Amino acid sequence: METKTGTWTEKKGLAQMLKGGVIMDVVNAEQAKIAEDAGACAVMALERVPADIRADGGVARMSDPDMILKIIDAVSIPVMAKCRIGHFVEAQILEAIGVDYIDESEVLTPADEEHHILKHNFKVPFVCGCRNIGEALRRIGEGAAMIRTKGEAGTGDVVEAVRHARSVIGSIKHLQVMDDEELMTFAKNNGAPYELVKEVKELGRLPVVNFAAGGVATPADAALMMQLGVDGVFVGSGIFKSGDPAKRAAAIVKSVTHYQDASILAEVSKNLGEAMVGRNAAQMPESEKLAVRGW
Amino acid sequence: MKIGVLALQGDFAEHISMLKKIGVETAEVRLPKHLDGLDGLIMPGGESTTIGKLAVAYGLMEPLREFGKIHAVWGTCAGAIFLSRDIGRDQPLLELMDIKVRRNAFGRQIDSFETDLEIDELMKATGTEHPYHAVFIRAPIIESVSGNAKVLSALEDGRIVAAQQGHLLATSFHPELTGDTRFHEYFISLAS
Repeated sequence: METKTGTWTEKKGLAQMLKGGVIMDVVNAEQAKIAEDAGACAVMALERVPADIRADGGVARMSDPDMILKIIDAVSIPVMAKCRIGHFVEAQILEAIGVDYIDESEVLTPADEEHHILKHNFKVPFVCGCRNIGEALRRIGEGAAMIRTKGEAGTGDVVEAVRHARSVIGSIKHLQVMDDEELMTFAKNNGAPYELVKEVKELGRLPVVNFAAGGVATPADAALMMQLGVDGVFVGSGIFKSGDPAKRAAAIVKSVTHYQDASILAEVSKNLGEAMVGRNAAQMPESEKLAVRGW
Repeated sequence: MKIGVLALQGDFAEHISMLKKIGVETAEVRLPKHLDGLDGLIMPGGESTTIGKLAVAYGLMEPLREFGKIHAVWGTCAGAIFLSRDIGRDQPLLELMDIKVRRNAFGRQIDSFETDLEIDELMKATGTEHPYHAVFIRAPIIESVSGNAKVLSALEDGRIVAAQQGHLLATSFHPELTGDTRFHEYFISLAS
């Protein structure tokens, strides 16, 4: 009986288990427990949530492995952690300590301004952000087993996540009605690997799970992203920067399951206390936008 | 024949597409009323803590227990945990099957694996001879079976990965992630 680990099926498969769920940013074991108790399907362990990374400035790096290990010990659900774009040694360290998924994330300061990590070299699966189909398929080509929109992290403004989800899903729809002769030019124009363009046309969706991220702050935001056609939702600063994190977290979990049921959405949206203080992404100078990081 | 798939969280869409492949009518189950008119129910892979909390929040625990007394129910991975009587920790369980389950029994994601299983019952029922290729993801094991539950499949080292109790079925792996519909066909035979 031959046993194989770290296969493409295994990497993609864990993301499939997260579908219809909410992945929450947490900065310590206590927050991780609150997230798990609220029904999170996974947590993202990091030292500072994106809103604080923005406020603090400076270089944002991989979190202390000891802090990540404490979160791993505290919860039974999968634990993800972030490494810098192109920083394959941070990824090696995260793999060595046993994180379940690595987010090669634009929220941290990039370590390489031309190249991403060759993610096929790892047994641990990776999730990467994207703004459009070309970026999504380049990351999948490098071995990302899960994709998320970039949105604009740490703003509490969902507008960029909507833009990116509509762009990816719109391109998939567009591919469905294209002739096969048009696919190579589509690949060229979008900077996307041709084989993956063909696969997307055949499947009618990305070949991996696709979540929303970057600016989701309310149950209605989460349900909006689900109705637009994503498979699940990341919530970063939106939970623990709000007035009542436990209640808001549970409400967002419910909103992702019942995303098509407006009466349930109304019920879970009641009395959540203050949402995180938002920052209007449209009025933000280009230099402060995190979504432009990634190549 | 209409089979529901518990759609609170997890890979329910993958189960639905397997059922469609073998020509079975399907429905997504998120609330108790969605159980009406179903002949069987699949509980998918996902996070068992998330699925359990949502089932409690929307009043599904008792309706699911009543449904499972009469109808076929199959749990894959998180679904198998949810079906079990005991997992040695505090989280919502249906306690329908006399099996003891341990979560994340093989380690973390990098330890997740694929392997071939010889499952006599399945090969007999489907008239096939080739082994079943099983995908395990942060998988649980079935530590023990008792009462009317019996072992359907075990790894070479004896760890139990599939069990059956009359019309109830538990697998710690994910037949919905393969192209092999034999497990779904086998479940449909239990639901008929």
